[in-house]
This record gives sequence, structure tokens and C-alpha cells, in this order.
Amino acid sequence: MAIEVRVPTILRSYTGGSKVVEGAGDTLTALIDDLDAKHNGFKGRLITPEGGLHRFVNIYINDEDVRFLGALDAKLNDGDSVTILPAVAGGALGFAAAAALLGR
Amino acid sequence: MATAILSAGKSHGNVNDVLTIDRAIVDAIFAHARRDHPDEACGVIAGPVGSDAPSRFIPMDNSARSQTFYQFDSMEQLRVWREMDDNDEEPVVIYHSHTATEAYPSRTDINLAGEPGAHYVLVSTREPGLDEIRSFRIVDGAVTEEKIDIVDAKVDA
Repeated sequence: MAIEVRVPTILRSYTGGSKVVEGAGDTLTALIDDLDAKHNGFKGRLITPEGGLHRFVNIYINDEDVRFLGALDAKLNDGDSVTILPAVAGGALGFAAAAALLGR
Repeated sequence: MATAILSAGKSHGNVNDVLTIDRAIVDAIFAHARRDHPDEACGVIAGPVGSDAPSRFIPMDNSARSQTFYQFDSMEQLRVWREMDDNDEEPVVIYHSHTATEAYPSRTDINLAGEPGAHYVLVSTREPGLDEIRSFRIVDGAVTEEKIDIVDAKVDA
């Protein structure tokens, strides 16, 4: 059960710089546990302390966002390709909220 | 045509790097930001891996469609990131607009910055006649402002 996993720049400190690593598991949860065993700390960057998929991490199985495939319960098959991308997001919200709080 | 000027706002960090970018790309960023105002606009400028040269302008949908938040659509992002991979490109610049506040990274921008190799370019459309543009590196929560060198591309006659 080999799954090819494409790792974004920001997580390559966990994979010794590797852009592509191999993992195993028949669900996304199992794959992430397997990756965490090989690359200590990896899981904490993908999963929240409450156990859900981090809102600002995108994980794809082949060409599909796992949010449309059952998220952490998404099924995996031998030869699947998994891509992890940090969501690109942000905006003025935090600044505006902070400014309101400070009364300016 | 937009005339880009550096914001006269006070400095928030060290300026010790330079983003060199073509004026036509800066104009395209402002055109996108003005078009989507008052919602935030966002996108990528891709360039050859390792070149630090932003050359391909890719406006992205703001899936949040918000005046205070932006997020790339996840499927569009996958398609564009694959395309860059296939072309041996990388995201040299990630840009977005603030539409009521200064062109400086918010706490949200800093917390969510996930491309340590990219120049984060912010523009502000808060003043109709004034184009503010600033560029930053955001690595591990640390923000470093950098100069922007806007150049006119050579055109072969």
C-alpha cells in the first residue's frame, strides 16, 4: 500500500527537505499517522488539537479536495497520490479587529 | 494606468531586501484590486524556480468574497500549483488587497502565511486616487519589509 505524498515547502523541515515522501494507510487518518511516525511532528501541522483537519491546510487525493471525500475518513488506494498545500488566505480582519479593540 | 508609489506610512520593520517587479504586473495587480473593491482581491505572480523574478500574472478568485478576508479557492489553487510545477515555476509573489486599511500584513496575514519563499505583496485601495503597494517576507511569524523596485520592461521594437 504505497501512497505518494507531495509535501509543501513549509513542511519540508519534517521530511529532511524531501518534496515527495511515501506513506501507507487505507484512510487519510491512517496515512497521517504513518507519516507522523516517520516524520515526527508532521501530524500536528495538519490536524487541530480537537482532532479535525486544520482549516487552512488543503489536502487532495489525486485531483479531489479531501473535504469532498469525507475529510479524515477519506479512503485511500494503492497508487493514490496525495498533495498537501497550505491554504493561501489572510486579510485585514485581524487588523480591523485589533484596531477596534484598541479604540482607534 | 496606475501610478504606483510607496506608501508613506511609518516603517514597521527592517528593509533589507528588494522585490524587483515589472510595472505592467504592478498595474495588473492594481487593476484587479480596483475591480474587486470593496472586496479583497488576491493572486499569484509565478516565476522560474530560483529566479526570484515574478513574470506570470495569475489573478485568483477570492473564495471568501469578503471585504476583510481572502482565501484562494482550493481547487483553483491545486490547478495553478500543478501548472507551476509542470512549468518549473514557483509562487514568487503572493498578493492581496486591503480595501479599508493600510498595505501592511494583519495578524491574520502573518498567522496564515504558508509560503516562506514568497514575497507577500500588499496593496491598499482605501484611497480612490492613491495606489499603495508594499512588499514583505513573512517567515515563522516574523515580518520583514523590503523595498520594491518597479522596472519598465524592455520592449524590442
